[in-house]
Amino acid sequence: MIEFNNVNKWYGKYHALIDVSEKIGKGEVVVVCGPSGSGKSTLIRTINRLEAIDSGSITFDGEDIHAPGVDINRLRSRIGFVFQQFNLFPHLTVLRNCTLAPQAVGGLSPAQARDKAMALLERVGLAHKADAWPSELSGGQQQRVAIARALAMAPPLMLFDEPTSALDPEMVGEVLLVMRDLVRDGMTLVVVTHEMGFARDVAHRILFMDQGRILERATPREFFDHPQHPRARQFLADIRTPNTAAD
Amino acid sequence: MIDLIHTYWLYFLVGQYPQGPLGGVALTVLLAGFALLLSMPFGLAMGLARTSGRRALRWPATGLVYLVRGIPLLLVVFWTYFFLPSVTGHKTDQFNTMLIALVVFDSVYLGEIVRAGIQGVPSGQYESARALGLGHGRAMRSVILPQALRSMLPSLVNQFVSTIKATSLGYIIGLTDTSFIATQINTQVFTKAPQVYLLLSLTYFILCFGLSRFAFALERRLGRRTSSPSPAAAAGPAA
Repeated sequence: MIEFNNVNKWYGKYHALIDVSEKIGKGEVVVVCGPSGSGKSTLIRTINRLEAIDSGSITFDGEDIHAPGVDINRLRSRIGFVFQQFNLFPHLTVLRNCTLAPQAVGGLSPAQARDKAMALLERVGLAHKADAWPSELSGGQQQRVAIARALAMAPPLMLFDEPTSALDPEMVGEVLLVMRDLVRDGMTLVVVTHEMGFARDVAHRILFMDQGRILERATPREFFDHPQHPRARQFLADIRTPNTAAD
Repeated sequence: MIDLIHTYWLYFLVGQYPQGPLGGVALTVLLAGFALLLSMPFGLAMGLARTSGRRALRWPATGLVYLVRGIPLLLVVFWTYFFLPSVTGHKTDQFNTMLIALVVFDSVYLGEIVRAGIQGVPSGQYESARALGLGHGRAMRSVILPQALRSMLPSLVNQFVSTIKATSLGYIIGLTDTSFIATQINTQVFTKAPQVYLLLSLTYFILCFGLSRFAFALERRLGRRTSSPSPAAAAGPAA
């Protein structure tokens, strides 16, 4: 479904992604982890071209995302993206947040968009907040709305960029629950996260990144029990030691 | 002062109208009104061009901002008055001269206010709009500008108020606006300059104050309709 071919990206002189090649299949749940600054957020943001790449290519269902002249809006409408900071539109109600793109891009009528949005809000357990403003919701609720908003375009692929990192600890669970629900539905997910419990339970594969490279590709069991790369071992040791785990 | 008002109130309000051209307060209000209405779309276009990713839009707009911002409004009026006719081939009347000068001047300043408003919206808002598949124009219209407008409102009112006052510069090219009429009255009465100019000041004050109050009411209404963004959403993207 997604294919990276020798992708390189620089921020000025900083080499953020180095020769990344990877394939992600339909229905796969891939967790990308690694220390901060390892390039994992950059990697996931190149998939829907929020970040440009400097060389190589990324294809989505065979279409080159970064090719000039590609209809990026059409492609993006098929790739759901959930941000660390939720990024709900504060001047629109919860419902309107979820109907804006389906009407403007998907061409749904207001009634169709509304029905669909309500069904999705129901799914994330927030149908009763449809008429609320984003600022009236807790962080966990905002992120669940953000997921519903992304799902409203019925994308076959969902990307999550540290979806729980900005949340208070007690709200992490409700968001992960919604994500597990998507996994049960067989959706393709790429998730950048520090939630190792989530990774262990639901990921099909784990990609470990450091300094712009994918250093290890493994099943959760292999990765957590027998990490191969020294940097991966170090990373796992760091996040398991409570003193250094705090960020 | 009462008989001053009693004698000249109609002249002060509309000039020689209907026997002659419209003037006085009515002309000032018309000029300011048209200038505001016309400079809004131009100002919006300037702001969008200034924040555009395309150099072909950004550079000329930036050049125009630096040029117009670098010269006094008085000179913009003179340029319009003396040089525009030599380009177009026919004389522009005082009202339109003043209108053009004000629109050019205001568009530049409004453009900068719009730019500040756009850049004040957290970048995550634009990103998430684009990530949903909205195009640049739609993201601007539905997501960025409605939020930007709220923070722009106080600066916009500032600019509008200064436009009302700037219409008085029409006096120097012989536009029969409120200031011109007041001066005429002063010449006729001769002995009551303080009263005349007090009335003139009061007139501008009432116009500007009225606009400020209207804008304040509008701001409150917008504020009531939605709440402010949450601290987390406003904090911007983390590393």
